[in-house]
Amino acid sequence: MSTVVCYVETENGAVLDASLRALTFARGLAAEATEVSALIAGPPGADVTAQLQSFGVTSICVLSAGGLTGYAPLALAKALAAMASRSEAAAVVAAATDHGNEVLAHLGALTGLELAANCTKAHLVEGERRFRLVRQRWGGSLIEEAVLSAATGLFSVAADSVQPVPSPAAGSLAVSEIAPQLDALDLALQALESPEESPGISLASAKVVVSGGRGVGGPEGFAVIEELAALLGGAVGVSRVVTSLGWRPHREQVGQTGTRVAPDLYLACGISGAVQHLAGCQSSKHMVAVNTDPSAPIMSRADYAVIGSVAEVLPALVDAIRARRSSC
Amino acid sequence: MDVLVCVKRVPMVGGRIALQGDRRRLDTSLLGFTVSPHEECAVEEGVRLSEAAGGSVTVLTLGPPEAVEQLRTAISVGAHHALLLETDRDDFGPLATTRAITRAIEGLEAERQSPFDLLLFGNEAADTADYQVGVRVAHALGRPVATGIKHLEVGGGSARARRTYRGTEELFILALPAVVTVKEGINLPRYPSLPGRMRAKKTVVATLRPTYEAEGLEMRSLAVPTTERRSAEVLGHGVEAVPPLVELLVKLGVIE
Ligand SMILES: Cc1cc2nc3c(=O)[nH]c(=O)nc-3n(C[C@H](O)[C@H](O)[C@H](O)COP(=O)(O)OP(=O)(O)OC[C@H]3O[C@@H](n4cnc5c(N)ncnc54)[C@H](O)[C@@H]3O)c2cc1C
Repeated sequence: MSTVVCYVETENGAVLDASLRALTFARGLAAEATEVSALIAGPPGADVTAQLQSFGVTSICVLSAGGLTGYAPLALAKALAAMASRSEAAAVVAAATDHGNEVLAHLGALTGLELAANCTKAHLVEGERRFRLVRQRWGGSLIEEAVLSAATGLFSVAADSVQPVPSPAAGSLAVSEIAPQLDALDLALQALESPEESPGISLASAKVVVSGGRGVGGPEGFAVIEELAALLGGAVGVSRVVTSLGWRPHREQVGQTGTRVAPDLYLACGISGAVQHLAGCQSSKHMVAVNTDPSAPIMSRADYAVIGSVAEVLPALVDAIRARRSSC
Repeated sequence: MDVLVCVKRVPMVGGRIALQGDRRRLDTSLLGFTVSPHEECAVEEGVRLSEAAGGSVTVLTLGPPEAVEQLRTAISVGAHHALLLETDRDDFGPLATTRAITRAIEGLEAERQSPFDLLLFGNEAADTADYQVGVRVAHALGRPVATGIKHLEVGGGSARARRTYRGTEELFILALPAVVTVKEGINLPRYPSLPGRMRAKKTVVATLRPTYEAEGLEMRSLAVPTTERRSAEVLGHGVEAVPPLVELLVKLGVIE
C-alpha cells in the first residue's frame, strides 16, 4: 500500500475540474493499491466531500491556521510536507495551475524534493524509488520522457491531458484538520483577495474566439475583428506579434505566454500558426483560418481555411451575417 | 533600488519543432535565439524600477557561451551589468540551476556588501517550464517570493505584487529584499535604442563557471506530439469563400 498526497483546489463549493484530473493521476501512480489523502484550504461542504470520496480520496486534511484569510502558498506547502512525512507518501500531486505549481515549488524548496511540472503520465517503478514520467515542454508543443529518482516525487499534472475518472472503489472517508507550525514569514505570504473587474466575455471560457494576428495589418484592422466577435457572441483574441507591437492589450493574447482557450470555434485571421500560439488554442473544437498564404503552418492545424486577405474577407463576412439576420 | 534579473536563452521556435537524431535535443541549426517573453518583461520591469528610483539592473544567465547575446540584448534595453554562468552542459535541471544561481548571487552580494533589493525571474522558462527556480532561489536565500506577477509596485521597503487567478485579484506584500517571478503582460518591453546597442557592445560581461551536481530528474527523450496533421478544407478564395463560410457557421451552430 502506498500513499499519495494531493493538493485539491475548490471554488464555489465544488472541486476544480483540474483537481479532479490530478486526483485521477494520483490514483494511477502506483500499481499497488494507493491511499489518496487530500489537502484543502478550507472546510469542505457536502458537495466537495462527496466529490472527493467518489474520486477515491480516503482522508481529507483541512488547513487550519489562525491568521490566514487568503490563499497562502507557504502554509499549504508546510501542510503538504507534514502530511507527506507522516504517511511516508510516495508522491505529492497537484493540478498544474498557477496555484498548484506554486505550492509544489514551495514544497520542493522546503523539503529539497524534486518537482516534475506539467506531467501527463507517471508511474512508480515497482520495488524502486523511481518514477517514469511524461511531461510537457514548450506549452505542450514538445513531450519529454524522464525518470525521477526520489523518496517522494512531486508532480504537477497538465490538466488538459488527463481525463477525470471517478474511482471504481470509492470507500470511506475521514476528515481531520491540519495545523502546521507557521512563523511570521509564512503568515506574511498570503494573498489579499478582491474580485477582478471583468472585461466582458472572458477569453478563457468564450465559446467563439475571433483572433487576429500580424496579417490584420494594424490596430485599425481590429475594428472588424471586434465587430465579428460581437456578432458571434465571442471574444477577441490576438497573437503575440499584435501585443508586442502595442496594437492590442496583452490580456487578449492567446498562447503559451498568454491565455489558453478552448472554444467551439476558433477563427484565426492573419495568424501564421507558430507553435507557441497553437499551444493556447489547440483544444478548440473547430478551427478556421483566414490567411493569404496557403502554405502557412496554421493550414495544417485548421479544419477549414479561407485563402484570402483579412481586410477583404472579414468585412464581407460581417455583411453577410447581418444580411442573413435581417432577412430572418 | 538594485535589481537582479535572471533570464534563459531558448531557441526561437516557429511553425514546428524539429529534433536531432538522438531525440534529446532540438535541431536549432536554422533558428535564432531569444529569452522567454516573461523574462523580457522581467528585464523591462527591472529597468523601469531603476529608472524611477535610481539604482542598477544586473542581468544573469546560466547557459552556453553564446548566451552572452541574450545578456547584451538586456543591456541594450537598459540593464547595467551582466553575469554569465557559462557551461557547455545542457542538462542543468531546476535543482542544479538553483544552486548555481544562488551561489552566484551570494558571491555578487558579498562583493557589493548588500543584498539586491529585488530578484526578478520569469514565471517559467519557455522551453523546460519547470515552474520552480525562482521559488527555490528565494528559499535558499531566505527571502519572500510571489510568482506569476502581472503588476508590481516597489517602495517603502516592500513590494506590492499583484496577479489574478480565476477571477480573483491576489495581492502579495513582500518585505524587501524579495523575489518576484513575472508574466508577460506586466509591461510592454521597449525595443533596443541605438545608444543602448552601442553600450551593449562595449559592456564587459563577467563570467563564472558553475559546477554541476547531479539531480534526480533525468530527461530520457523528447518527442513532438503526434497531433493530427490535417489539411484544412479550403472553403474558397477571397470573398467567394464567404457564402460557404456562413454555411459552415450555421452548421457549427454559431449563427442561426
Ligand atoms: C518563448 C516564446 C513564447 C511565445 N508565446 C506566444 C504566445 O503566447 N502567443 C503567440 O501568439 N505567440 C507567441 N510567441 C510568438 C510566436 O512564435 C510567433 O512569433 C507569433 O505567434 C506570430 O504571430 P502572427 O501569426 O500574428 O505573425 P506572423 O507569424 O508574422 O504571421 C502573420 C500571418 O498573417 C498572414 N497574412 C499577412 N497578411 C495577411 C492578410 N492581409 N490577410 C490574411 N493573412 C495575412 C501571413 O501569411 C502570416 O501567416 C512566442 C514566442 C516565443 C519564442
